[in-house]
Amino acid sequence: MRRAIVYTVLILFAVLCLVPLLWLVVSAFKANADFQAYAFLPPLERLSAGNFPSLFGQMPFLRFMMNSFFVAGVTVIVQLFFSALGGFALAKYDFAGKRAIMGVMLATMMIPGPVLLAPMYELIYHLRLIDSHLGLIVPGMVNVFGMFLFRQSMLSVPDEMLQAARIDGCSEFQIFWHVVLPVSRPIVGAFCLIAFMGTWNSFLWPQIILQSSDRFTLPIGLNQMVGVYEADYGALMAGTLLAVLPVVVLFFLLQKEFIAGLTKGAVKG
Amino acid sequence: MRLNPSRSAPYVFLAPFAVSFLIFGAYPILRSIILSFYITSGPEAQHFVGLGNYLYLLRDPDFWTAFRNTVVFALGSVLLQLPLSLGLAILLIRPDVRGRNVFRFIFFSPNLMGLVFSALLFTLILAPRFGLLNAALHALFGLPSTTRWLSTPELVMPALIMVALWLYTGFNMVYFLAALQAVDGELYEAATIDGAGRWSQFWHVTLPGIKPVLIFVVVLSTIGSFQLFELAFLLLGNSSGPDQAGLTIVMYLYQNGFLGGDLGYAAAIGWTLAGMVLVLSLVQLRFTGTGREEA
Repeated sequence: MRRAIVYTVLILFAVLCLVPLLWLVVSAFKANADFQAYAFLPPLERLSAGNFPSLFGQMPFLRFMMNSFFVAGVTVIVQLFFSALGGFALAKYDFAGKRAIMGVMLATMMIPGPVLLAPMYELIYHLRLIDSHLGLIVPGMVNVFGMFLFRQSMLSVPDEMLQAARIDGCSEFQIFWHVVLPVSRPIVGAFCLIAFMGTWNSFLWPQIILQSSDRFTLPIGLNQMVGVYEADYGALMAGTLLAVLPVVVLFFLLQKEFIAGLTKGAVKG
Repeated sequence: MRLNPSRSAPYVFLAPFAVSFLIFGAYPILRSIILSFYITSGPEAQHFVGLGNYLYLLRDPDFWTAFRNTVVFALGSVLLQLPLSLGLAILLIRPDVRGRNVFRFIFFSPNLMGLVFSALLFTLILAPRFGLLNAALHALFGLPSTTRWLSTPELVMPALIMVALWLYTGFNMVYFLAALQAVDGELYEAATIDGAGRWSQFWHVTLPGIKPVLIFVVVLSTIGSFQLFELAFLLLGNSSGPDQAGLTIVMYLYQNGFLGGDLGYAAAIGWTLAGMVLVLSLVQLRFTGTGREEA
């Protein structure tokens, strides 16, 4: 009896989670005329891939997608390199000022992002990076959360490994690149996914600095579409479906690492 | 042969962080403080007003509308979402539940959509007439299918809270699951031997066991809720909905700073938000006694 209640609650919530997602998939293949007539699933023969050509035809959707891939790709690689390098320094060396640096990092994380919007806009304006992809990438080159994540994980790399590499004549950077980074693969995977999702979904900052539609990223471009092509629901859903696919694919490739990375900071403290 | 690491290595490795922090962290923070004492018109023209921005803000009814809406959203999110997250985690942790990983993945899956694309999806789900929500409410409970969720002032915040519930419940559940797994099983056995019932076990074993994670999640959710922007902006547009029912603090900041062009006022709103978030976090930590144990 008790188990029946448990399963009922779990299944009910699972349905609530899944139905909007299924609705998205169905709607991406639904003709605009059928949105009124069939709230959920029209007869299967009425579904078609017709929304996709109109998505690519009526708006620079492909351009948005390429822009998003460029910005997210560059951001993730740069953040990964600098965060891992910084985290390595904090995990494996003793040096004057280490505590101060970590204190500053923590303090930075406490300040809510919106505080920095106005001065950052001013700065990017004076650097002449308004309406550019560099204006999206440059301010986020170092990810402080990522540095903590890498420090936490690299603490557990044994010092003997580093010493052995030193005896073999490795430079400190070679130790990082050839020894410590390869054994930190799970956390690299987790970080890539977290950083990619963050950049891929970034909205407020791009909304502020991007002006020309050929530079728009997916979130900005698709949101524009809501206003301009009010009635083309099918194309909007097709675009939304395509926009979330990269995250879904990356998640399936990296999911084990991701869950581990997500909860690491919280549980181990 | 050199066995001691060079002294300069860590500094070199931290240099990118240091440079980036000075330009895109320290400078904007200081600049933001200064900026908040000016009225500006775009990045070129500014006029010193001292505390004028802060005084204006406290007297602006729009700010208080934004404040009220944001508090409602934060309360709705924390009080509905977190108990639900914890409840689901407790059900999933039971050893007799099959398909635990499948459920966990399904509950987490809305998160893969991300905030922005979820908002786009819900612009249609919440639409009157053909929207999925109205169709479902009509089919299941016979409610009218013409409910205008996003253009009825009283329904705007409930709608936003509902979307956030869909999006984040499973995300927070992952934290609770991890915390519950770490609670020592022997404590439950001891409690059972002492004759503790389910509720008593929950209060005296489970809650204390997951307390650090619970506080972490509560503080993080509150901070996140206070920065609500994307959901409201994408669902309601620049206008922030009927009667400003969807105006949030960050939206107020965006409207004044980037639609109105007053970066100084935007900075002042930002610091006011930062102050509120800081006070709230401190109150939550004090209330739960986190600071005292270490002192």
